[in-house]
Amino acid sequence: MSADSQTTDRPDEEAPAEDRWRRALREIVESSSMVVFMAIVASMIIGGVLIIFADEAVRESAAYFFSRPGDTFSAIGAALGSAYSAMFNGAVLNLEASSFAGVIKPLTQTLTMATPLIFAGLGLGIGFRAGLFNIGAQGQLLMGATLGAYIGFAFDLPWGIHLLLAVIGCAVGGAIWGFIPGILKAKRGAHEVIVTIMLNYVALYLVAWLLSLDAFQREGSDNPISPIVAETAQYPQILGVQFNLHLGFLLALACAWGAWWLMERSTIGFRLRAVGANPSAARTAGMSISTATILTMVIAGGLAGLAGSAPVLGTQKFLTDATAGSLGFDAITVALLGRSRPLGIVLAAILFGGLQASGPSLQVNAGLPVDIVVVIQALIVLFIAAPPLVRALFRLPAPAHEKEVAA
Amino acid sequence: MTFKGRHLMKNTIRVGAIAAVSALALAACASAPEEEATSSATADAPAAAEPVDFKACMVSDSGGFDDQSFNQSGFEGLTRAEAELGIEIATAESATEADFAPNIEAQVAAGCDLIITVGFLLSQATVDAALANPDVHFAIIDDLADNDFDGEIDAPNIKPITFETDEASFLAGYAASSATGTGTLSTFGGMNIPSVTIFMSGFLAGANYYNDTNSADVKVLGWDGTDGQFTGDFSDQTKGKNVTEEFLSQGADVVMPVAGPVGLGAASAVQSAGDAWLIGVDSDWTLTTDYADIIFTSVLKNIGNSVFDTISETIDAGFSTEPYVGTLENEGVGVADFAEGTVDDAVLTELETIKAGIIDGSISVDLS
Repeated sequence: MSADSQTTDRPDEEAPAEDRWRRALREIVESSSMVVFMAIVASMIIGGVLIIFADEAVRESAAYFFSRPGDTFSAIGAALGSAYSAMFNGAVLNLEASSFAGVIKPLTQTLTMATPLIFAGLGLGIGFRAGLFNIGAQGQLLMGATLGAYIGFAFDLPWGIHLLLAVIGCAVGGAIWGFIPGILKAKRGAHEVIVTIMLNYVALYLVAWLLSLDAFQREGSDNPISPIVAETAQYPQILGVQFNLHLGFLLALACAWGAWWLMERSTIGFRLRAVGANPSAARTAGMSISTATILTMVIAGGLAGLAGSAPVLGTQKFLTDATAGSLGFDAITVALLGRSRPLGIVLAAILFGGLQASGPSLQVNAGLPVDIVVVIQALIVLFIAAPPLVRALFRLPAPAHEKEVAA
Repeated sequence: MTFKGRHLMKNTIRVGAIAAVSALALAACASAPEEEATSSATADAPAAAEPVDFKACMVSDSGGFDDQSFNQSGFEGLTRAEAELGIEIATAESATEADFAPNIEAQVAAGCDLIITVGFLLSQATVDAALANPDVHFAIIDDLADNDFDGEIDAPNIKPITFETDEASFLAGYAASSATGTGTLSTFGGMNIPSVTIFMSGFLAGANYYNDTNSADVKVLGWDGTDGQFTGDFSDQTKGKNVTEEFLSQGADVVMPVAGPVGLGAASAVQSAGDAWLIGVDSDWTLTTDYADIIFTSVLKNIGNSVFDTISETIDAGFSTEPYVGTLENEGVGVADFAEGTVDDAVLTELETIKAGIIDGSISVDLS
């Protein structure tokens, strides 16, 4: 066994930077589900500590901890209780609501918030498995949203066709923005990380410029905000008008199934995975690396573009230069958290959607800064990116292949 | 890591931990407050005599309440109302646009009597929430809540809060024209949007008015009435610095940045140049920034006052949808004191006349 591992180790030492980069990516993507789960637990615990420190009553009572410790503990209890109940009421079920609709509303809000993250996370996940570290979901999403929104507000088309065209527009806009780094990488070897990051800026300022044109502004206003997308191009609200949940969520689930089929059941998916696992071997086996690269980026871009349909056709229904928010970057976390597998991505997106949906309730009802949610998200990423840390914290066994190397 | 190194590290951690624990222990040694002490403290608080049964809430746009611009000013007005009027407040910062509607909904659910939203980006979300909750009162800053542009507020329970900032920047433009040594002023914005360019237009109109009345030839770089110099965002101070250095190299000796914190980059460029002045915006920059010695004046947009006034009026006289328009007349906008020795007494007198002229409508601040 040890001789075996030495022979496999040696080529690694001489491997160029690109291969090391791919290997690091693969290790993060393939971290075990136990590590992912424990990373969430650990970040919730640390988040709880931060909630305690952020609470004024706790800080005040801690100043006289030794003369009356009970005050501090009851303040800690109150802080954690109000924070976690606000989180639950904001993201899962609102037990204080009077009507059934009010009770389940937070759950539908969570799924609504998760929708764009599912789309973009799926695209990034496919890229990660094909060995491409695409940071450009933000720009792809924005370009998709721009094209989709434009089709939505500039044309007057019948029901059904209008929505279909607007959705296709979103996918095409994103796919174009994914194609550019794809072809640059395939034909000229430009590193996709740099190109996609730069294209995010290009997309942002392109949209900012477009929004300064009359064609993208509301009549009678100079504000950089597009007209409302026509009703014929909006996603229908699937649970009725009192809930924000829209058809885009079902489309996202369909895309998740599609992504699973593509990667696990189709020849194309096999090729993409082969290229991601070992490009040299894939080339030797007669697969075209450049075709795989371009295809991956186009699919990833198209899915990120569809993520742009969630705000412009589903929730806000108009375009601004802040439409993308931080969705494109959150989606990277979602894809890593979901270990690049469609089911994992859907679950991770719902977790993140829930964290985001709890933001308003945390702020308004528990009086906590929304930054706590961002900190919890960041901690999850941190722990997932450092599997040995989580294993050491929770004394989990190292996975088999790492033991072999250590032996 | 060698064995010794590991040992050393353990010791370091141990010492650090002991230090941290003892610091905590010392901090925790204060005596517990007496029960009556808390009640007397509340009574001593200034002006919080009668706690009012009123809850005012505020939703920020994606800039957050620490943006050194309108979100922050609005938030200060809200906290002042909490302290002086004894009302209850709640706030929600929006990280992205997707948070606008949920934040407002959460505040409606939390029983807010008045919900103030900050910025035109929240316009649609505010109108939607106002139509869905006719019993709740809303106010929106820097927007008319008129998204179909028919000249009327889209919901019967929204109070728009807007500012005629050009009236104040007109005065700043006139005063700067009288003070410039090079005959060149400059201004730039964060983005080409109305709430920014209204500052720049008033500034340019003020300089033009100076040229007309004094047959002078003062130039304004960075804005021509329709287009000009913009940094593209409200966060990157380096861009503000670069733009300002460019202006200074073209001979400008007064710069007015209308770009929130980006203006601090402009201030640092002006400070290193040494022979130029800066005009602050929104708040009095001699008080809110570290650049007091290079501030010529500041164009004030008293969002905090408008928020405070809206809340106190709603409590005293009931809610009214009458738009609040900040003008020179009601001191919703204004200019701060000029830096010593920059503006002659004669010009100060002229400025008083002009101010009266703007208020009575005989002087137009529009660009002709």
